[in-house]
Amino acid sequence: MQAQFETDYPALAPRFKVGDKVKVRATAPLGHIRTPFYIRGHVGEIERLCGSFPNPEELAQMRSGLPAIPLYRVRFKQKEVWPDYKGPGSDVVEIEIFQHWLEKA
Amino acid sequence: MNDQGRYQPFTYYQLMETSLRELLVEKGIVTHEQVDEEVAAMRARTPERGAKVVAKAWVDAEYKKRLLANATAACEELGLEIPGLRLVAVENTPQVHNAIVCTLCSCYPRVLLGIPPDWYKSRNYRSRMVREPRAVLAEFGLRIADTVQIRVHDSTADMRYLVLPMRPKGTEGWDETRLASIVTRDAMIGVALPTVA
Repeated sequence: MQAQFETDYPALAPRFKVGDKVKVRATAPLGHIRTPFYIRGHVGEIERLCGSFPNPEELAQMRSGLPAIPLYRVRFKQKEVWPDYKGPGSDVVEIEIFQHWLEKA
Repeated sequence: MNDQGRYQPFTYYQLMETSLRELLVEKGIVTHEQVDEEVAAMRARTPERGAKVVAKAWVDAEYKKRLLANATAACEELGLEIPGLRLVAVENTPQVHNAIVCTLCSCYPRVLLGIPPDWYKSRNYRSRMVREPRAVLAEFGLRIADTVQIRVHDSTADMRYLVLPMRPKGTEGWDETRLASIVTRDAMIGVALPTVA
């Protein structure tokens, strides 16, 4: 799958492709996490592969963050994220999420 | 120091910034001049740079395709220096309205649009924009029809975002400079639409 941005870090192979249904891991490790709490445990769809980037959780500990991890944009239906969401069912929120936070749904 | 010249104690963050800056200078990591230059460069970047990109995309369909495929390359094509920026342009259409937020902190394409507005960094905007975007947009004076999908982009990692608004009616025949003059910062964040006065 074509990444939006090519990077030249040593990187893990992408596990997901556009359209795949994925679930965000519902876990709460300590540290510098770029996966918002409100989206953990929710199911969305891969919108695109952004590229592979050093793991921010490792970077925050002054480590290299390598191998780089595929970063995706994942599209979630607002009604799935917030059951009492007031807008129409077509509204979505799209979030960048690193591969190690995603599992097949 | 305020305008009256009265002594004001440093706030917590001012003290932290000054201490850190002086330490870095003392240790020879940066010079005062470099800090001043960077601050000046930051202040010199304004939303007009982004407006130039939007106006170009409005008049040139091929450029728009390149912008949506790789917005970083498309900015560089116009001679805009955007070091390290990985920019994603998201296009408004009659069916889709896009808006940008960073719920985790305040990620913003500073090297393209300059310093973000204070409200963008507020807890109110950051927490509510993903939860009730239609209510937040209405507070900005922007009412989006229920037939239009709202896509909120939470800028959580390495990408930064630029909303490509729709070109408004009444701008037929305008050149790029005139078009750019109606593209506001807020329109490129997705909380406003360009309007013709």
